[in-house]
Amino acid sequence: MKKKNLFQRISSSFSSFFRSIRNGFTGFVNRFVLGDIKTKLSYVIMGFGCLARKQIGRGLLFLGSEVIFILYMITNGVFYLSKLPTLGTTTQGEVWNPELQIYEITQGDNSMLLLLFGVATICIIIGFFVLYIWNTKMAYEMQLLEEKGKPLPTFKQDIKDLGNKNFHITVLSLPIVLTFAFTILPLIFMILMAFTNFDKNHQPPGNLFTWVGFRNFSEVLISNPMWQQTFIQLLIWTLVWAFFATFLNYVLGMILAIIINKKGVRFKKMWRTIFIITIAIPQFVSLMLMSKILADQGALNNLLVTLGWITDGERIKFLTDGNIAKIVVIVVNLWVGIPYTMLITSGILMNIPQDLYEASKLDGASPIQQFMHITLPYMLHVTTPYLITQFVGNINNFNVIYLLTGGDPKSLNLFQAGETDLLVTWLYKLTVNEQNYALASTIGIIIFVLLATISLLTYNKSNAVQEEDTFA
Amino acid sequence: MTNMKTKNAIVNTICHVGLTILAVIWLIPIAWLLMHSFREKPTGAFPSALIPETWTFDNYIKLFTDTQLFNYPRWFMNTLVVAIASCIVTTILVLLTAYAFSRLRFKARKPLMNVILILGMFPAFMSMVAIYHLLKAIGLSQSLFSLVLVYSGGAAMNYYIAKGFFDTIPRSIDEAAMLDGATKNQVFWKITLPMSKPIVIYTIMQAFISPWVDFIFVSVIMKDNYQKYTIALGLYQMITRENIQQYFTQFCAGAVIVAIPITILFIIMQKYYVSGITAGGAKG
Repeated sequence: MKKKNLFQRISSSFSSFFRSIRNGFTGFVNRFVLGDIKTKLSYVIMGFGCLARKQIGRGLLFLGSEVIFILYMITNGVFYLSKLPTLGTTTQGEVWNPELQIYEITQGDNSMLLLLFGVATICIIIGFFVLYIWNTKMAYEMQLLEEKGKPLPTFKQDIKDLGNKNFHITVLSLPIVLTFAFTILPLIFMILMAFTNFDKNHQPPGNLFTWVGFRNFSEVLISNPMWQQTFIQLLIWTLVWAFFATFLNYVLGMILAIIINKKGVRFKKMWRTIFIITIAIPQFVSLMLMSKILADQGALNNLLVTLGWITDGERIKFLTDGNIAKIVVIVVNLWVGIPYTMLITSGILMNIPQDLYEASKLDGASPIQQFMHITLPYMLHVTTPYLITQFVGNINNFNVIYLLTGGDPKSLNLFQAGETDLLVTWLYKLTVNEQNYALASTIGIIIFVLLATISLLTYNKSNAVQEEDTFA
Repeated sequence: MTNMKTKNAIVNTICHVGLTILAVIWLIPIAWLLMHSFREKPTGAFPSALIPETWTFDNYIKLFTDTQLFNYPRWFMNTLVVAIASCIVTTILVLLTAYAFSRLRFKARKPLMNVILILGMFPAFMSMVAIYHLLKAIGLSQSLFSLVLVYSGGAAMNYYIAKGFFDTIPRSIDEAAMLDGATKNQVFWKITLPMSKPIVIYTIMQAFISPWVDFIFVSVIMKDNYQKYTIALGLYQMITRENIQQYFTQFCAGAVIVAIPITILFIIMQKYYVSGITAGGAKG
């Protein structure tokens, strides 16, 4: 198969998307025109075609879902949809109640709940629309079957198909529903939040927030110097961190694996187990421990003072000096990550054909040359997807930074962030401490764009992207 | 020839010495944690001595008896309950999803996989705030049940590794069974699952471990409801600035108690772990 480049792929996926929409629409109209009365009525009363053709089970399911949908729209849906453009207009207020001699709080609109349920309603509408299209399709298919004089599938047959022909529906419906509720819906909600002014001064239920368009993005990228400076500085550090955290771990871990695998090294199993123990210990334990050991008044400084290597006044600021802290974070991450790479790579290393090494040895290659010209290219070829996931994971590596330094040392030049903060930990601080959800969501979207670009570009270049069916 | 031999011997010695030094560096923090969990309560969190002077079991005993401020047994049970429940749900979801994407062919397959790939690029806890309010709206916030939902709700998105494993099972086996009249449902339960023991074990263990080590999601969901904390968040409370002087040794003890079972589980499953990851990623 000819390999397309990135842009061809994107454009072809777009065009196929629009083509399928067009086809869907013409199909929808055609089915109505060609349909008999039963099919036509199904366009208004869902499941009518099935009911009229004695497929009671199917028909009732369609009809039931239509009734439930309409009831929901009347009771809640329309209300939330109508509030979506403004996100609420009445602020919560206090009214003097002369009878009870107190101020009573009047219920205002809660912008956040309005947005949340508004999004949920839109999702429900889309879901219903899919069901509706399916209903018309089914009605028409049954009509065709009937015209050809073939027997229509019974409800029992439908159930049976769920275990075989339509097994994917059975298998995927639960995961899809849950993913929808716990990933997609919240994500849409948060993405929309980036276009609002939901910050400390606009907290529901006391206050309203509303749409502001792209203002947050333009502030972060251009007009708000404090935000812009913070963003750029953290972005650079995030990329530097992800680069070192990924590649140092990768190369050093591989070297460790090579040494352990080397002929002549004894107790291989023991060495491996020793290093694996450190991965096995829950990360939050080892990282919290490290942060306490490396603190200014921590165990390592105490030890150095006792040994007389430094005096009490010159304690090393492992985690409180911006530049040292950055290096320390990377080094501690090596401690966490090297055994992991060792574990992953040692199996693959053993697969490298040994005759390559022997041939190169005859040509007088040194071990370093062998590593650079045989081991590394082979490993890079095989483990590119792993490296990409690691890189992406490190950009979002919350644990190491948050548990080790908490993003500190704080800096006056940065908005609500410290020198070792990554973009993700900044995002966390903005939501949890600062409650500036709008800015946090904006940062989240920017991170997403960054990651998507990186992975698209690298995946596209790497050889490891293959047709998966070759395995089957 | 003897020259070669001595050179080899020297290289090997250097390797062994190097490995020993590295092993010490890697083990010191762990040994330190272990030793200080047995340290008698000091004045101040960190003594300058590497090895504690007086040893005691008090830290462990207090962890389970002195539950006024830090209810360790309670947190332990919370975590255990959540871990078991979310482990069951997660395992089912992950295996089903992986099977569908690996073995079944349907129209929405590629688009769905792409959507999941894209969703995975958003920072995971970006959606946490929304989930919190969603749970609050349906009256579930700050409950253990909501925690189970959070841990297993998005689980289906981590299907890659299991799918990579299923991909390596020859399709001809499925086809033979289907010729004999087996349905796809039966193929999954009677053929694919029994052949995938490593990946099933891997998935179960991974799902079981994650509630023990997560603390971001708990902290967003539980806020200040101490009684509903899980171990990780609870231990984190012990070493905040106000508590660390008093509770550091208990923290060490608490950490050791969590770390031991997880370490054992991990060492058991390392074989499956590696085969899972390499099956998923390395089809070079």
